[in-house]
Amino acid sequence: MSTSLFEKLGGNAAVDAAVDIFYRKVLSDDRINSFFEGVDMDKQAAKQKAFLTMAFGGPHNYTGKDMRAAHAPLVARGLNDSHFDAVAEHLQATLKELNVPAELIAEVMTIAGSTRNDVLCR
Amino acid sequence: MPRIFFEKQSYACQDNESVLDCLTGHGVPVPSSCRSGICQTCLMRAVEGAVPLAAQQGLKETLRAQNYFLACVCKPTNDLKVSLPDADVGARTKVTVLAKEVLGGNITRLRLGCTLPFDYHPGQFVQLHRDDGLVRSYSIASLPQREEPLELHVRHLPDGRMSGWIHDTLKTGDTLEISGPTGQGFYLPGQPDQGLLLIGTGSGLAPLWGIVRDALAQGHTGPIHLYHGSRDASGLYLIDELRELVEQYPNLDYTPCLSGPDIPKGFAAGRAEQVAFSHLPKLTGWRIFLCGHPTMVAATRKKAFLSGASMKDIYADPFVIATDSIKPAA
Repeated sequence: MSTSLFEKLGGNAAVDAAVDIFYRKVLSDDRINSFFEGVDMDKQAAKQKAFLTMAFGGPHNYTGKDMRAAHAPLVARGLNDSHFDAVAEHLQATLKELNVPAELIAEVMTIAGSTRNDVLCR
Repeated sequence: MPRIFFEKQSYACQDNESVLDCLTGHGVPVPSSCRSGICQTCLMRAVEGAVPLAAQQGLKETLRAQNYFLACVCKPTNDLKVSLPDADVGARTKVTVLAKEVLGGNITRLRLGCTLPFDYHPGQFVQLHRDDGLVRSYSIASLPQREEPLELHVRHLPDGRMSGWIHDTLKTGDTLEISGPTGQGFYLPGQPDQGLLLIGTGSGLAPLWGIVRDALAQGHTGPIHLYHGSRDASGLYLIDELRELVEQYPNLDYTPCLSGPDIPKGFAAGRAEQVAFSHLPKLTGWRIFLCGHPTMVAATRKKAFLSGASMKDIYADPFVIATDSIKPAA
């Protein structure tokens, strides 16, 4: 059996290493941080972790329907492709910072990119 | 096969079945979402019995120390008695007022004697129950290992029903009831050289006073920086005690901060969190404790994270404003 993407990346420990770096980048970015005003940081960090786990090919139970329901209020506030791209940019930069090999980064970006239509409720 | 005890019932847990599946399979409602040990929605606590290490992965250290676990990834090998985190924390204990003293800054220090042993970590809070059912939460400033009486700092709030009554009517020898303790903001040993930053306003000093002394008593060697803020000097308290502690412990630093116009010698000008961030712009690797006004806590928590502190190292218990008081009020 071939090693899964999640295992190659280092599993839960890799997610733990990435989540602070990723969330910090997102919160520091004035293009997107208004969407996170007033949210509970602990709960939000847990959500970021669930998202990273999914993007890393790890275990998750999220469906397109969950993604849509979670992001619908943000879409109503103007969430669009430019914001999705900004978050994707931070994900890529986080993985580079953690010295993840380019081919694995590409795989993660493909999984993350596959959520675009659900996140933007299209 | 192990049994799961929950709210006076017990349920048989099948081989390789999670606590979440066992309970929900028997019709017990337990909130859950990702079901893969990540989102922490199904957080529960083992009141009796050991949980597998894998069921605590990713939890804050202080949650682990109190036997919290994630029900969706907990496959028990032994019997467990479990509860939900918001379940009322058990029995009430009778306490007697041993001493009542005004500390300044509208703060009354209560020292309470417990009739039964009462386990807690300094920095957690207790619920104080008055005979007529009025309940308020207060942070614990004492240290259990020194067998000190339980110490609470009660700020006299304008129109505060409990705090006004404590200030005006309660006297030495009176009895009250407490329940708890609750709260995740406390010191755990294991990283004695880590930097500790503590920022509090008003009676938010109470848990920090407990946490600082707890850390020192447990041999913490890393730098400990405490910032206590108020508008003017009359709003601060325990200043002399803290300065004495600084004399004794070279790794302890204490900065009383004033945001008003009058800054006497020995005080820093500015709000406590502003002064702290100007002294410590990089917080990578630091452990941070925040207590006080909810707006200060929320903004400081975010700034501390953006300054490099890890989310799991930032402790700020929620501070809910009630209509007639603040909870926890200290």
